Amino acid sequence: MPIEILMPALSPTMEEGNLAKWCKAEGDTVESGDVIAEIETDKATMEVEAVDEGVLGKILIPEGTQNVKVNELIALLLDEGEEASAVENYSAGSTSSSVSAEPAPAETEATAAPTASAAPVAVQEDAYDGPTEEMTVRQALNTALFEEFRRDEKVLVMGEEVAEYQGAYKITQGLLDEFGAKRVVDTPITEIGFTGVGVGAAWSGLKPIVEFMTFNFAMQAIDHIINSAAKTLYMSGGEISCPIVFRGCNGAAARVAAQHSQCYASWYAHCPGLKVVAPYSAEDAKGLLKAAVRDPNPVIVLENEVLYGKKFVCPTDEDFTIPFGKAKIERAGTDVTLVGYSISVGWALEAAEKLAEEGISAEVINLRSLRPLDTHTIIESVKKTNRLVTVEEGWAYANIGSEISSQVMEHAFDYLDAPVTRVAGADVPMPYAANLEKLALPTVPDIVAASKAVCYK
Amino acid sequence: MATQTKRSTRGKNKKPEATPDELLKFYKDMLLIRRFEEKAGQLYGMGLIGGFCHLYIGQEAVVVGIQSIANPQDTLITSYRDHGHMLACGMDPDGVMAELTGREGGYSKGKGGSMHMFSKDKGFYGGHGIVGAQIPLGTGLAFGHKYNEDGGVNFAYMGDGAVNQGQVYEAFNMAALWKLPVVYVIENNQYGMGTSLERASSNTNLYERGAAHGIPGIQVNGMSVLEVREAAKEAAEKCRRGEGPIILEMKTYRYRGHSMSDPAKYRAKEEVQKIRSESDPIDYVRALLTEGGHADEATLKEIDKEIKAVVTKSADFAQTSPEPAESELWTDVLVDA
Repeated sequence: MPIEILMPALSPTMEEGNLAKWCKAEGDTVESGDVIAEIETDKATMEVEAVDEGVLGKILIPEGTQNVKVNELIALLLDEGEEASAVENYSAGSTSSSVSAEPAPAETEATAAPTASAAPVAVQEDAYDGPTEEMTVRQALNTALFEEFRRDEKVLVMGEEVAEYQGAYKITQGLLDEFGAKRVVDTPITEIGFTGVGVGAAWSGLKPIVEFMTFNFAMQAIDHIINSAAKTLYMSGGEISCPIVFRGCNGAAARVAAQHSQCYASWYAHCPGLKVVAPYSAEDAKGLLKAAVRDPNPVIVLENEVLYGKKFVCPTDEDFTIPFGKAKIERAGTDVTLVGYSISVGWALEAAEKLAEEGISAEVINLRSLRPLDTHTIIESVKKTNRLVTVEEGWAYANIGSEISSQVMEHAFDYLDAPVTRVAGADVPMPYAANLEKLALPTVPDIVAASKAVCYK
Repeated sequence: MATQTKRSTRGKNKKPEATPDELLKFYKDMLLIRRFEEKAGQLYGMGLIGGFCHLYIGQEAVVVGIQSIANPQDTLITSYRDHGHMLACGMDPDGVMAELTGREGGYSKGKGGSMHMFSKDKGFYGGHGIVGAQIPLGTGLAFGHKYNEDGGVNFAYMGDGAVNQGQVYEAFNMAALWKLPVVYVIENNQYGMGTSLERASSNTNLYERGAAHGIPGIQVNGMSVLEVREAAKEAAEKCRRGEGPIILEMKTYRYRGHSMSDPAKYRAKEEVQKIRSESDPIDYVRALLTEGGHADEATLKEIDKEIKAVVTKSADFAQTSPEPAESELWTDVLVDA
C-alpha cells in the first residue's frame, strides 16, 4: 500500500500554500530526511523533508500549483518492493497514516462573513467612495507601512526579525530594501530594552513603530508602555509627547498554548494616555495603522494572526485613514446588537447570518477602536434593538464587554429588554489540545445561542 | 573585542587643572544644588513638599562636572534623585521648587512632583521613578541623536542600585551593537536605599559592568569635580567620534537618607561625618580657590549670599504660586490629534 504524502502545515495558522518546486522526480529513491519539495507559505518558502523511505511513485500535485490546501494528498511513496502500478488506481484516504487535523474554529469562520449579507449594510456618514482593491490584511498592513514611510522620514520600525528576515509574519516585507537599515531596525530579543529605546527615540522627535512579534512578549515591556509612554505627557505637564505605535498580533493563533494565546485588549484599554485599536478587515488594518502612525500619542494596534491571510476589499487611496473612536456598523439589524472587535467581528457576522435564517435580525458593530470607545454607536443601536451581546475571545472577567455593559447600563438602562450578555473565552489559560482549545474560544453557535436567549427565543 | 575597562588615572597622570573662572563656576553651581536641597529638606519638614523627596547632597560634583563639558544639543536623563541634574543643566530653580510643592508654576504644572520634571529646551528628559527604566529611555534618546545626526550625546545616569536591573544590560547591548552616542553614568553612592553595594552586587567594580558587551568603563573619584570633568570629556569625545557607549563609575556619597523618610540606620553616623569632613566636593573646590589665591573669604561670602538669595526666591515662589486649577486634572492626558 503506498504511503500518502500530504500538504504539510508549516505554521500554526497556515491553511493553504503554493507547491513551488518538487526536488525529487517520480521514480527517485527517497531517504528519510531528504528534501522532497519546496512549499511557499504566505510567510516564507520552506523545504519539506521526507519522513518515510521509499520510491516517489506518483506526483499528484504538479509544481507551481497555487493554493494547495493543508492535508491535501500531493504525492504517493512506494514502499520497498512495491510495484509502480500500486499508485495507478489508488484512491485517497484509504491509508491510516493521514493526519487530518481538524481546523481550529478561529481559522474557518471569518471567511464568508463580509460579503454574505442578506440584510442591508448601514451606510456610514463618512463612507469611502474612492478606489478599492481586494487584498489580505497582511497586504493592507504592509501597504500602510510603505505609504507612511514614504510620507514621513521620521517614521521607522524596530523589532525582532523586521528587517533582514522580512518580518516574522511578513508585515514588514520589502521595507528594508526600500528604506534601509537606518529605518528598518532589527533588534535583539530584548523586549523591555527595545521598547524603552523606542520610547526614548519618540521623545527625541522620531516616530517609531515598535513591532512585537506577538503581544504575548510585550508583557516583558509593559512597564515602558504604561509608565514611560502613556504617562509622561501628563507627568511632564504637557512638555513631552510620545508619538509611537506598538503593534503586533494579539490573541489566540492556533494550537500555540497558554503563553502564546492571550488577548491584551482590556489590559491596554484600561490605561489613560494610550489609544488602542483592533482591526478586523483589510480596510480597518490599513486605515487604523496609518492613523496610528500619524497620531501624536502612543497607540496600541492589536492585530490578529489568523486574520493576516484573509482577503477583503480595501481602499487604495494613500490618504485613507480611519478616525479613532468611531465604530463601523458592519450589518444593520433590528432585533439584537452584536458588538465585537478584531476576529470576533467575523464570528458575529456569521452568527448574524445564521440568526437571519431563524428570523432574527442582528446588527453587527465592529468597534475598531477600544480606547476611545464609540459608546454612542453602541447606545444608538441598543435603543433600536433593546438587546446586546458582546463577543470577544479574551476572558470575560473585566473585559471590553464588561466595560460596554457598564456603559450601556449607565446610558441606556431603560432601553434594555434583556440583560447584556458577554460571549467570551473560557476563564482558563489556553489549553493546547485541539478539542480543549476549541472549547476555550467563543464559537458561532455560542453567539447564536446567546442572541436567541436575549430575544427570549 | 578587548575591553578597555580601567580605574581612574588620578595620581598617575598630571592632576587635572582648572582656571580660576572655571573653579568659581564649579563652586557656584555645586553650592546652588547644596543650598537648594537643604531648603527642599526644610520645606519637606514643614509639610510643604509631599510624597517622596530624594536629596542629592554630597553628590554635587558628579552632575556639575559632567554638565560643564556638555554641548547644547546633548540630552540627559536620570532617576528620581534628580533635582541636582535639573539645576546643573540650567533649569529655573523657581520652577523646580514649585514642582516640589505641587504648584502651578512648577515644571510639570504640579502634576509630576519631585521625580518627574522635564525640559526639552535644556535637554532634560526626567526624572523617572522606576529604577533602571531611564537607561533604555536614554539609549533611545541616543538613538535619536544618531538618527537625526545632530552630534548630540545622551548622558544616562543611574545609581548603584539600578545596575542590577536586567533592562540596563538590554540597553548596554543595543548601544554597543549600534554604536550609540550614550555615556552611562553610574552614580555609586554606596547604598541602594538601605542595602550597601557589597550586599547587593557580586562584583562591586561597577565600571566593569559593560565588559560583557565590550563597553569600556572608567572608575572616577566622583567627589572631585575636576576628575569628573576630565573623564566626562574623554567619554563624550569618544561618543562623538562614533565609537559607541562608555561607562563612567562615579564613586560618590549621599549625606542624607535615601529619601526624606529614611532614618539611614544601615550606616554609622561616623561614616557620613568622615566623608563630609574629608571628601566634601564643595570644600575641595573652596580650598583650591582660597589656597590658589583665586578668591578671598569676602568673595566667597558674597557668592554664598547670592546663592542664598536665589534659593530663598525659589522657596518663596514655590509657596506663593497657586495650586494647579482643578481643570488641570483633565489636561495633558493625550495630545490633540
